[in-house]
Amino acid sequence: MIELKDVSKWYDDFQVLDNCSTQVAKGDVVVVCGPSGSGKSTLIKCVNGLEPFQKGEIFVDGTSVGDKDTDLPKLRSHIGMVFQNFELFPHISVIENIKLAQLKVLGRSDQESQQNAMRLLERVGLVDQADKHPAQLSGGQQQRVAIARALAMDPIAMLFDEPTSALDPEMINEVLDVMVELAGDGMTMMVVTHEMGFARRVADRVIFMDEGRIEEDCSKDEFFTSERGERAQIFLSKILQH
Amino acid sequence: MFGEFDTGVISDNLHFLIEGMQTTLVLTVIAICGGLVLGTLLALARLAPFKPLSFIAGTYVNFFRSMPLILVIFWFYFLVPHIVGRPVGGFYSVLVAFVMFEAAYYCEIMRAGIQSVRKGQIYAGQALGLTYAQNMRYVVLPQAFRNMVPILMTQAIILFQDTSLVYVVGVKDFLVSADLVANRENRILEMFTTVALVYFVICLSGSLLVKRLQRKFAQ
Repeated sequence: MIELKDVSKWYDDFQVLDNCSTQVAKGDVVVVCGPSGSGKSTLIKCVNGLEPFQKGEIFVDGTSVGDKDTDLPKLRSHIGMVFQNFELFPHISVIENIKLAQLKVLGRSDQESQQNAMRLLERVGLVDQADKHPAQLSGGQQQRVAIARALAMDPIAMLFDEPTSALDPEMINEVLDVMVELAGDGMTMMVVTHEMGFARRVADRVIFMDEGRIEEDCSKDEFFTSERGERAQIFLSKILQH
Repeated sequence: MFGEFDTGVISDNLHFLIEGMQTTLVLTVIAICGGLVLGTLLALARLAPFKPLSFIAGTYVNFFRSMPLILVIFWFYFLVPHIVGRPVGGFYSVLVAFVMFEAAYYCEIMRAGIQSVRKGQIYAGQALGLTYAQNMRYVVLPQAFRNMVPILMTQAIILFQDTSLVYVVGVKDFLVSADLVANRENRILEMFTTVALVYFVICLSGSLLVKRLQRKFAQ
């Protein structure tokens, strides 16, 4: 479904991604973790072409992301993405946030978009917030709306870029619950997160990144039970300490 | 000449003065709308990834921002009839001059507005599959516009005052109408005091409105 081959990226002279290769099979949940600045957010933004990369290839469902002839907006409309800071559009209501791309990108009718949006709001438990503006919602609620907005496009895969990092602790679970349910439904997911509990519960594979390189790429059981590389050990001991 | 302060001259010529104020307001409103539309297009061009487009827009803006407004008004007054091949009258020539001059200023305001929208918002629009144009239309510009409302209104107040410069080509705006009355009736003190008061009240009200809006937006 998603395949990365030797992807490298530079900001001027500074290399942020160094020959990253991995793949995400259909229905798999892959968790990407690593210290801040390790390139994990940049990597996931390369998958749908939000960040350009200079070397290597990325294929999503057979389409080359780096190919300049690729219709990127069309490709992106099939890949859902959820951001650290939610990025709901602040000038329109919750329901309009979920309808916008259905109307303008997929060309769905107003009625169909509306029904679809309400169905998804029900799924994330926020039907009664439909007509509010994003700023009136809590962080956890905003992130659940953002997930509903991405799902409204009927994506073939979902990318999550630190979806719970900007949330107050008591709101993290309401978002993770939605993601766990999504994983249970068989959604293909690539998730940048430090939530190791989430990884243990639903991940098929865990990728550990450091200094722009993929240092570990193995099954969940291997990652959490067997001997890992030194950097991954240090990282895990730091975030699992408490 | 500066005998008794005679307010009768105002009521006697009220209709004529109101007509002048209408011209001033029509000029202001059309210049704002036209300038805003053209300025927004210029801002989009300035920020476009296509370099020649951005260069042309940049040159336009720098050119008009380096010219005194009064010169631009003169210039269009004599130039526009040449281009269209027939006399167009003072009003239409100053209208073109104001729209094109204001567009340069509105361009810079809108450019700052567009750049004030967070990068994450642009990412979010892109990730949903919106094209560059759709992202601008539905995500970036509405937010840019809202962020810039107080500055756009301040510019509109300046524009309202600047329209009085049409004096130099004899378009009958509020100031010119008052000037005509003043000379005809020999009531210069009364007329110019009235003109000053009217401009003061309108501009002060506008400024107070901007302050209220700023407080509202700051919340």
